[in-house]
Amino acid sequence: MLRKKAFNFTLFLILAFISLVFLAPVAVVVMNSFKSRFSISQTPFLLPDSDTFVRLDNYSTGIIDTDFLTAFFWSLFITVCSVAVIVIFTSMTAWFIVRSKDIFSKVMYYLFVFSMIVPFQMVMFSMSKVANVLGLDNPIGIVLLYLGFGSGLSVFMFAGFVKTVPRGVEEAAIIDGCNTFQLFWRVVFHLLRPTAITIAILNTMWIWNDYLLPYLVIGSDYKTIPIAIQYLKGGYGSVDMGAMMAMLVLAIVPVIIFYLSCQKYIIKGVAAGAIKG
Amino acid sequence: MKRSIRKWFPIFVLPTFIAFLIAFLIPFVMGLYLSFCEFRTVSDAKFVGFENYISAFKGNSDFLNALIFTVLFSLVSVITINLFGFLLALTLTRGIRGTNFFRTVFFMPNLIGGIVLGYIWQLIINGFLYNYGYSITSKWEFGFLGLIVLMNWQMIGYTMIIYIAGIQNVPDELIEAARVDGATPFKTLRTIIIPSVMPSITICLFLTITNSFKLFDQNLALTAGAPAKQTRMLALDIYSTFYGKIGYEGVGQAKAVMFFIIVATIALLQLFLTRRREVES
Repeated sequence: MLRKKAFNFTLFLILAFISLVFLAPVAVVVMNSFKSRFSISQTPFLLPDSDTFVRLDNYSTGIIDTDFLTAFFWSLFITVCSVAVIVIFTSMTAWFIVRSKDIFSKVMYYLFVFSMIVPFQMVMFSMSKVANVLGLDNPIGIVLLYLGFGSGLSVFMFAGFVKTVPRGVEEAAIIDGCNTFQLFWRVVFHLLRPTAITIAILNTMWIWNDYLLPYLVIGSDYKTIPIAIQYLKGGYGSVDMGAMMAMLVLAIVPVIIFYLSCQKYIIKGVAAGAIKG
Repeated sequence: MKRSIRKWFPIFVLPTFIAFLIAFLIPFVMGLYLSFCEFRTVSDAKFVGFENYISAFKGNSDFLNALIFTVLFSLVSVITINLFGFLLALTLTRGIRGTNFFRTVFFMPNLIGGIVLGYIWQLIINGFLYNYGYSITSKWEFGFLGLIVLMNWQMIGYTMIIYIAGIQNVPDELIEAARVDGATPFKTLRTIIIPSVMPSITICLFLTITNSFKLFDQNLALTAGAPAKQTRMLALDIYSTFYGKIGYEGVGQAKAVMFFIIVATIALLQLFLTRRREVES
């Protein structure tokens, strides 16, 4: 028993050390965001001192250079709209496909599953051309693209759960006079809620961080946060490392807040999503 | 009931299906066709047969170099991520103090986006190398190691969460029974825990293999392929062929088709092989 205790304590120390290693990179970036741009790349591991400390200068330069607030707004707008649209429409589609067992539904189901293993590069060029022709190259149009590209995984996961919903519940609701639309939103969707949360989380993590799709479709007119950061680096000449560090911090902060406030759901969602996938 | 549901098709299915058609199905079919064409803007496409596929491999092929680099990277990162993720899951299912805190910390990097991750690690690695007069783009080995470290930092927590869920499903009585029978901890691990978590292993391998093969953002931000395209992975090579050189769009699309076939084949093969082991155990 004593040996087990000693062993567990050793493990605790090792885990504590690994946690420090995991947190250190973020801490280093935060530290450097308060240093002058010239003292960053050469001595990134030194704390700011009276020579190198620049208060919030990096933040103000960075926010102005990248138009960060606008980028933040577009990231938030696109993510929230896309996730809401994905959850609403793919849940209905998945339920319909499972319940109506005709050949078209079957074919569609397999097409959705198939789309999950196709890498983005395969459709990247033709998709951005199609989006351009159809006038979808704006923050509203991109929501439709996210619904289309995200529907594979979401329909697949919803469909997996719909199969476990007992038919008796649905039949009872119909006898009570619900039409199909009411049946779905008043009865079925409540049962699908845990899956809906998982799907919302997985899609939020994907869309918030997505770089290439928005860059190709709307990048020249509307910048999301990843595009704004890459833009800071882009072009020739030297990068303002100070502004870069400040923007990295500002990009991480919303993610950390989201993570800490929905941690329970995120970790459950990831585990549940993996089992279904 | 079937008849009453059919008239709801326009509301329940049509929006998703139209979006799927526009964002995936039409571009996919177009992409297949365009890989056999020479084009700049799609409307001027001219059928050229397998010419694009042949020129993707001509001379000192960037595509082949990127493929080798990607395979090497995926091999190392898949093994390390799963090994570390599994070890952490084992230690975090023993009821040690602070388990929740550790789990939170180890998963945290997974939520940070690829571009941001790339620049974080560029700073850290360049900071180390500066003392020796190097930077991350001095030698391809630096970029390679950098990508491995970055990928581990990002994905270990993810696999850990999935392995924890798997390990928690192993019945305690089974482990207890093994201990009573005098099995060593290592033997319990090999004969009870690992076979029971085979479904978790399947899904973790699938996720790490496909994510490693498709890596783009991190690659772009960390090294952008430097030095001299030597750390370019497949996705970045395809991107550069499309948008870097005018007149090579067809070759880019042909590379993209081959990329799709490679990723799909490896993913399905892996699912088939590990799923078979699940059934056996």
